[in-house]
Amino acid sequence: RQEILKWNGWGYNDSKFIFNKKGQAEFTGKRYRLSGMVLPILKEWMEKTLGASLEHKITSRTSLNISDVPPSIVNEEFLQDLRATKISYSREAEDRVFRAHGHCLHEILVLREGMFKRIPDIVVWPDCHDDVVKIVELASKHNLCIIPFGGGTSVSSALECPADERRTIVSLDTSQMNRILWIDERNLTAHIEAGIIGQDLERQLGESGYCTGHEPDSMEFSSLGGWVATRASGMKKNIYGNIEDLVVHIKMVTPRGVIEKGCQVPRMSTGPDIHHFIMGSEGTLGVVTEVTIKIRPTPEYQKYGSVVFPNFERGVACLREIAKQRCAPASIRLVDNAQFQFGHALKPQVASIFTSFLDGLKKFYITKFKGFDPNELCVATLLFEGDREKVLQHEKQVYDIAAKFGGLAAGEDNGQRGYMLTFVIAYLRDLGLDYYVIGESFETSVPWDRVIDLCRNVKERIVRECKEKGVQFAPFSTCRVTQTYDAGACVYFYFAFNYRGISDPIHVYEQIETAAREEILANGGSLSHHHGVGKLRKQWMKESISDVGLGMLKSVKAYVDPNNIFGNRNLL
Amino acid sequence: KKRDEFEDILEERRQSSDLRYAMKCYTPVIYKGLSACKPSAIKNSVLQSEQVQYVIKQLSKEMGESADIIQEEATEILDEMGHNLHIGAIRFFAFSLSKIFKRLFQRVCVNEEGIQKLQQAIQEHPVVLLPSHRSYIDFLMLSYLLYTYDLALPVIAAGMDFLGMKIVGELLRRSGAFFMRRSFGGNRLYWAVFAEYVKTMLRNGYAPIEFFLEGTRSRTSKTLTPKFGLLSIVMEPFFKREVFDTYLVPISISYERILEESLYAYELLGVPKPKESTSGLLKARKILSDNFGSIHVYFGQPVSLRTLASGRINRCPYNLVPRHLPQRLSEDIQEFVTDVAYKMELLQIENMVLSPWVLIASVLLQNLPAIDFDVLVEKTLWLKGITQVFGGFFEWPDNLCANKAVTSSLALHTNIVSLVNGQVVLNDMGIEDGATEELIFKQALSILMCGAYRNQLLNVFVRPSLVAVALQMTQSFRKEEIYNCFNFLRNMFSDEFIFFPGIALKDFEEGCFLLTKCDVIQVTPQEILVTEKGNSAASFLAAMFRPFMEGYQIICRYLSKETKETFTEKQFILGIRNFAFQLLETGSTQCYEVLSSDLQKNALAAFVRLNVMKKMKITSGLTYTVNKEALSKTEEMFESQIPKRKLVTARL
Repeated sequence: RQEILKWNGWGYNDSKFIFNKKGQAEFTGKRYRLSGMVLPILKEWMEKTLGASLEHKITSRTSLNISDVPPSIVNEEFLQDLRATKISYSREAEDRVFRAHGHCLHEILVLREGMFKRIPDIVVWPDCHDDVVKIVELASKHNLCIIPFGGGTSVSSALECPADERRTIVSLDTSQMNRILWIDERNLTAHIEAGIIGQDLERQLGESGYCTGHEPDSMEFSSLGGWVATRASGMKKNIYGNIEDLVVHIKMVTPRGVIEKGCQVPRMSTGPDIHHFIMGSEGTLGVVTEVTIKIRPTPEYQKYGSVVFPNFERGVACLREIAKQRCAPASIRLVDNAQFQFGHALKPQVASIFTSFLDGLKKFYITKFKGFDPNELCVATLLFEGDREKVLQHEKQVYDIAAKFGGLAAGEDNGQRGYMLTFVIAYLRDLGLDYYVIGESFETSVPWDRVIDLCRNVKERIVRECKEKGVQFAPFSTCRVTQTYDAGACVYFYFAFNYRGISDPIHVYEQIETAAREEILANGGSLSHHHGVGKLRKQWMKESISDVGLGMLKSVKAYVDPNNIFGNRNLL
Repeated sequence: KKRDEFEDILEERRQSSDLRYAMKCYTPVIYKGLSACKPSAIKNSVLQSEQVQYVIKQLSKEMGESADIIQEEATEILDEMGHNLHIGAIRFFAFSLSKIFKRLFQRVCVNEEGIQKLQQAIQEHPVVLLPSHRSYIDFLMLSYLLYTYDLALPVIAAGMDFLGMKIVGELLRRSGAFFMRRSFGGNRLYWAVFAEYVKTMLRNGYAPIEFFLEGTRSRTSKTLTPKFGLLSIVMEPFFKREVFDTYLVPISISYERILEESLYAYELLGVPKPKESTSGLLKARKILSDNFGSIHVYFGQPVSLRTLASGRINRCPYNLVPRHLPQRLSEDIQEFVTDVAYKMELLQIENMVLSPWVLIASVLLQNLPAIDFDVLVEKTLWLKGITQVFGGFFEWPDNLCANKAVTSSLALHTNIVSLVNGQVVLNDMGIEDGATEELIFKQALSILMCGAYRNQLLNVFVRPSLVAVALQMTQSFRKEEIYNCFNFLRNMFSDEFIFFPGIALKDFEEGCFLLTKCDVIQVTPQEILVTEKGNSAASFLAAMFRPFMEGYQIICRYLSKETKETFTEKQFILGIRNFAFQLLETGSTQCYEVLSSDLQKNALAAFVRLNVMKKMKITSGLTYTVNKEALSKTEEMFESQIPKRKLVTARL
């Protein structure tokens, strides 16, 4: 798998944004709907919104400089014990660097033009639960540090090796534990090894006519064990639930031994749920090896949709109403105006004059006839799933509510493109990096009554911080409401700026990101909805869960892993 | 410190048509997030707001009354309070105020850079205007100026007493004033409606909100200690993050001659102030023929509340309670509000323009009953030098010679001073025989009027001067001892003058620094020494505060003699007044200013704060008792020093 993925950016080697010879943006490869398409407006958007220019380009080095890589230091006795177990391992520089990072901006920048201070000394590939038990035992015996590695899509610095770790660091790659062990059709559960990657899981279940319905934006690359370890959230949680709703049973190997429940039941009252010590533990307690997860028959019918609102406030009010009536579709997302325009910039070249004429007509209808301000309007994208009949009924109900808030149905196509963007946007950052643009996304959850204020204030804070820090071009600062709940919503921010003229962009970037998080907390938002804490957001943990709360977690860690074998130092 | 240049706006008014000016095209810049709405729509959204509805429900539950009736009550409160900004009224005011101002004042000067910054601020975030309050003219003038510069007119929190003035009340309402009852602490409905009304206008960015931190017009020209209620209301939307930021704009309005000067003096002496009435205002027309010199309005740099708050606010309390519930301010927020209020007042003081007259008044009061004109000019010039070192802000053209400046100042204030045979005399003073009560009253009037101008200087002088006083009192070189004495005075006078809370040492060091800067003292790590040539300056600076020192001592003496166990504020003030009159009649004091009710009330507040007196609530109001032990200690602190001081003067 390592072979087909970029070593210094997001996703597949063959898929990336480039500017072709005509100076037009193009998305390469064949994997996505957008692949092979020319995106004529993107260049103008980048110039206008970010002040980027094609003349100012920096390129990443094309391959890893092996001589920069810190040496692998592994004690010979451990190696002998390891060989005896027949578990495969590697000490190659490429393998170790590949597992030394997630996808935070600073990590990618290090890959492009520097080197990590500390990386794993050895990578091991256990094949099954028992292999993991052996590795953990060996690590305890030799006092090594284990950092579990699943899909490597972390955006919280969770995979970064602590620079001052003196012990040998073992990267435990779960990717070979990727089998569906059994499917229980009467209880609608499946027992799966934790290393399986999201898209493989759905594909393989699909062959039996089932799905989990868990679709985080990273599902092409992230693993089941990773979802459990970070409390992941899926796009279609309104039907299927988030990971904590999906999981029925977890098996985890810790230095104390294996932790699991004695039965696989929908609910039990046996003290605090031990699953909740595991979910969100971010690799600090052990390795999740096997998970029993709920499955559902693959839905018969899927339909995308979209609604245009005159402004963001009306859109949020509509989402709130839909949440109140508990009739949210599988997914509903509301993007603000800036993100709507951004989505527009990613429109491929239209095939015929007729389509472009139709587009023009639509635009005319909305802005002129309905009086929507093109710099105010925003769009909700929808995804319905289920029986065909029920979907159509559901769709009508949602559109009726939307109409009460001034929303106009804007077609399936816009909706579908909205969701496709989620998958390709991560690729876009790599393009930005070539043109002095750095960016990142971050998320939070917030009570309904504070959604509008939080969105406005955080965006404004970013703009203001950029100005104060000497950023010469106005930043791209945008948000969308991506999940609705009974008591609040999840909000997702994108933020990018052009750093030409700044000597220390990464430092400036980090200051701004910190300021944005401070702003979120001051507005009553959470530290994280689904990205997790890692090492990036540790500083706010105490404030988030109180001293006592932090102490509780620490005491669990102290019991389960007294020698800090799982020493990635996340969370606590 | 560099300050902006002034521009006289009356100059243009004197040259072009007032009517055309009043009818000019008026298109103020507005807040970027503003959704335009009418005053009635604001009222409606206030009534329907969660905040007000919550309180209505609560009250209805508690009192067993139907929510509709309470809702009705809320509507009435809102109608009584609400403004009704109307362009017609504004044009009417623009026209008539042009006429009036041109008659009353020689110049109305504004720093246009400040206006430009304000214009910028209005577009970015909600703006709160915080002017100093010396006269009724203040808010008329401010609205007038904003109109002149094509800025959004403020909505103004004004006292309810205006409402009694029939037509004018309504006119003010239409020009953007909204009215608040002077006291409504107990009335939860009133508080809820009022607070929500103010916050709605602020969140909406409807218009700048204007109110007076001092709460009322300062009768003495000393900046009054701030009130916190309204300030905490306008800060709340930021604390709750309903707005991104809020700009606070300190504005200093300085009058060369205050319109109400004699009115204030009467009031301070206990002659009740006439109720505001339209006919009263018409009677005031006779002052229209008088000359009141220049006005200087200085718009300070807008201060970002967000910047002030950064790192100071614990966000938790606001995250854990729904934002519409009324919530008691947490301690750290209260402290923050207090600090901001003091900071804003200090900024107001910093940009107050001082006229030559305040120097003259200060000199004159130390040379009663009369002073030679030439000596006066010389001393005035000398005092100007010191004032400038202390950071005082003068509008004194370079080419204007001191002689002329003094002459024209004297001409402007003929009701207080006159020039007789080359001697400058304070009116009604110097009549030797027949110290009758009536005469004392007359003299006190003159002194209080004059004192009000000297007080403008005290705002700036208080830190170095109190160091000078402490030097005199302790007769010591030891820094520590002097500081202790300074600290005692600062505590005692902190209702009298504006000190930023909790920085006594910094204030002391600033005072020492300023004195060093004009060569009055030398400071070593352990000691403070008065320089030889600094002696006269030090005693002048100390003498400026003598009325307060002596006034407080007289009050102490009165209290130690007072036999009554408990008394009300009224009885306290009457008692002191009688006591002081006796002393003045027998000539055993010259401290007329102890007759000022302002000083008396401040002393009362200080004594209560320092536990010299105890305040108790009974059904009919507040009563006070004296803690004799603490009183005699305070008396000692003051008095033990007096003989020493006399000795020193003798030695000099």
